[in-house]
Amino acid sequence: MFDSLSSRFEGIFKRLRGRGVLRDADVDEVLQEIRLALLEADVNLHVVRGFQERIRGRCAGVEVHEALNPAQQVIKIIHEELVQTLGGTTLEIAHPPKPPTVVLLAGLQGSGKTTNAAKLAAWFKQQGRNPMLVGADLQRPAAVEQLRTLGQAIDVPVFTEPSDPVAVARQGVAAARVAHKDVVICDTAGRLAVDAEMMEQIGQISAAVEPHYTFLVVDAMTGQDAVTTAETFGATLELDAVILTKIDGDARGGAALSVAEVVGKPIAFSSTGEKIEEFEVFHPDRVASRILGMGDTLTLIERAEQVYEEAEAEATAARLLEGQFTLEDFLEQMRQLKKMGSLQSLVGMIPGASAQLRNVEIEDSRIAQVEAIICSMTPHERINPRIIDGSRRQRIAVGAGTRPSEVSQLLRQFSEMQKMMKRMGSKGSGSRKGKSKKGRNRGRVTPPGGNKNKTKLVLPGLEDGFSSLR
Amino acid sequence: MSKKRRPFAGFLSSLKQRGIDDATWDELEDALILADAGVSSTTDLLERLKKQARAEKVRDADALVALLKRQIAEDLGADGADQDGQDDDAGAASADIDNADIDNADIDSAGPGDAGLCVDGQPAVWLFVGVNGVGKTTTIGKLAALYTQKGHKVVLAAGDTFRAAAVEQLGMWAERSGAELTCGAEGADPSSVVFDSIQHAAAVGADLVMADTAGRLHNRTNLMEELAKIRRVAGKASGKVTEVLLVIDASTGQNGLAQARQFTQTAEVTGLVLTKLDGSAKGGIVLAINHELDIPIKLVGLGESITDVAEFSPQAFAEGLLG
Repeated sequence: MFDSLSSRFEGIFKRLRGRGVLRDADVDEVLQEIRLALLEADVNLHVVRGFQERIRGRCAGVEVHEALNPAQQVIKIIHEELVQTLGGTTLEIAHPPKPPTVVLLAGLQGSGKTTNAAKLAAWFKQQGRNPMLVGADLQRPAAVEQLRTLGQAIDVPVFTEPSDPVAVARQGVAAARVAHKDVVICDTAGRLAVDAEMMEQIGQISAAVEPHYTFLVVDAMTGQDAVTTAETFGATLELDAVILTKIDGDARGGAALSVAEVVGKPIAFSSTGEKIEEFEVFHPDRVASRILGMGDTLTLIERAEQVYEEAEAEATAARLLEGQFTLEDFLEQMRQLKKMGSLQSLVGMIPGASAQLRNVEIEDSRIAQVEAIICSMTPHERINPRIIDGSRRQRIAVGAGTRPSEVSQLLRQFSEMQKMMKRMGSKGSGSRKGKSKKGRNRGRVTPPGGNKNKTKLVLPGLEDGFSSLR
Repeated sequence: MSKKRRPFAGFLSSLKQRGIDDATWDELEDALILADAGVSSTTDLLERLKKQARAEKVRDADALVALLKRQIAEDLGADGADQDGQDDDAGAASADIDNADIDNADIDSAGPGDAGLCVDGQPAVWLFVGVNGVGKTTTIGKLAALYTQKGHKVVLAAGDTFRAAAVEQLGMWAERSGAELTCGAEGADPSSVVFDSIQHAAAVGADLVMADTAGRLHNRTNLMEELAKIRRVAGKASGKVTEVLLVIDASTGQNGLAQARQFTQTAEVTGLVLTKLDGSAKGGIVLAINHELDIPIKLVGLGESITDVAEFSPQAFAEGLLG
């Protein structure tokens, strides 16, 4: 019911794909649809206009070959423009020869600075750094306690003092130097762009600590006003990048486009959930692909790699492609998936998982039920589900606390899935969703060859299996 | 006090003393979209405005803007005939509250009225819900101070057992406002914390319980189920849930609509609180919410001080939106 930006574009290009030549009228129509889609996605009106004009200019310059599909040319142009606007490149953090690297966080109230200060510290730690946190938000009640609690959880020391934010920040950096920390992350109070006094204060904090990196923290749910915030903070501070938070929500995140355009800096990180580890480097090309319905395969693979043992994965993949995929494997696969995060967030990353699939609500609790059913089977039954008769079904249902009909349904769907995988295995590699998506997948989002097996391993069960479980 | 400046003054000043042409309509459309009203409610508002303008034979841009403001205010619950007081000065509500002398004699005239908030329940229970970082705890802190001043005995239930130091944050507000804090063990089930708090309030003769909940994104099924349970369990305690207030950040974009839908469905929301309206964001998303769902906006948040809360005024809001 609430179609996403990607499915919106999918609709436009489906119509365009049927035509051979791109006429002026087509360009106008596409631009109009793009305007609507971007506005509904909360991209700032002025940013939308600039974006439209750039696309028009580039479309007009495109030489239309009879041989080339104009829709694909337009998609390519929009994709490039989106990547350009979202930051062009991925931010690489360069540490100064003389530590510590000082990082300053700023933003509106409630955008997620404190949480992301800790997430960033955990991220640096993972990179082999030795970070320290500085709690300079003396405004919000218990902000410092929050940072302390988070610091404890990730085993990173927190420096703070009940004095004055500028002094705390300055002393924090000095303390980090003394303690031989190589990264120091300074959390600050939330402030409104119209609050001149507080904006002056963040300028003073910045002058006192001379940060190597200044990050603006922006809530992905922000509307049109993201531009005002970005402009004012950008005028006061020398911003290096943006951290986009709460992107695990269903907001379409147009604020990302607005902010990146206004401050002219990349989005460096995105926060994808409430857990400390739900934080990742932001990849403009991937998100642009996601917006265009091309999926976010690389992130998916990376996450899968984090939780999946390679050898184990290959063994399963082999069985899977031979059509010997058992309920045991299915259960194992599901447990691995659970480690990767919520299914909903994963589905959004699958290339070709179009509007229809994305709108199917996948409930993680439903997985618990499936898990219970499989766990109530004997090992023999899991390998040979065919032997499950009425009385076995009854026993399994009682064991799983559900009805026999649910057990039958799962078995039926599993058998369907098995058949489908067998077919795919015999077909060899290729896109799961079929022909229409193939052309679009041929771009930069195709995973590097070495990873192919793993993608295949995770995706089929998710895309075809879970969606039908509902 | 630059912080409290009228947020959106002079927005449409370019329209003054002009006739109505296509450019006028374009500018109105831009203004509404830039205020986060959303494409569909903007289109709806302007279509109705066109009809009304024709019917009333409006000829200049000033009168057209005034008509649009009236229309927005009426949509948001203003009585069409009631033109008194607040519509003269958009900043009135915030300025009054900011300078309010917190003392019993003044409170009724200076503070927000009851904003239609129901306090009959012995104890009455107010549940505060919303996504992360919108200002639920801060709003509770301000209301606790206000209602304590009004002579109520207020208990604050620390139902956010998830976020680090959320209980401490509410505790500080309890101290500042003179309300009593009740909390459970760390990581306790929020439903049980809220239930126990209400039982405790009833036992000590408190008449108002304000229950904080953890911020949650509305598309997280399990968290929303947890909230449904909190709402259910709160209804079983020996008080009465009279308000479920959905807190929305004024800077929220079109996603606010999805938030309102989901929270209403899950927790029987009785009203909205629009926070951070002292910034440059205009909070136009409430027009979209109002366009689709019939939820009254009851309060607005206007800053970080304990007195920065006011009753929602449709006229002042419409004025601010279009300046």
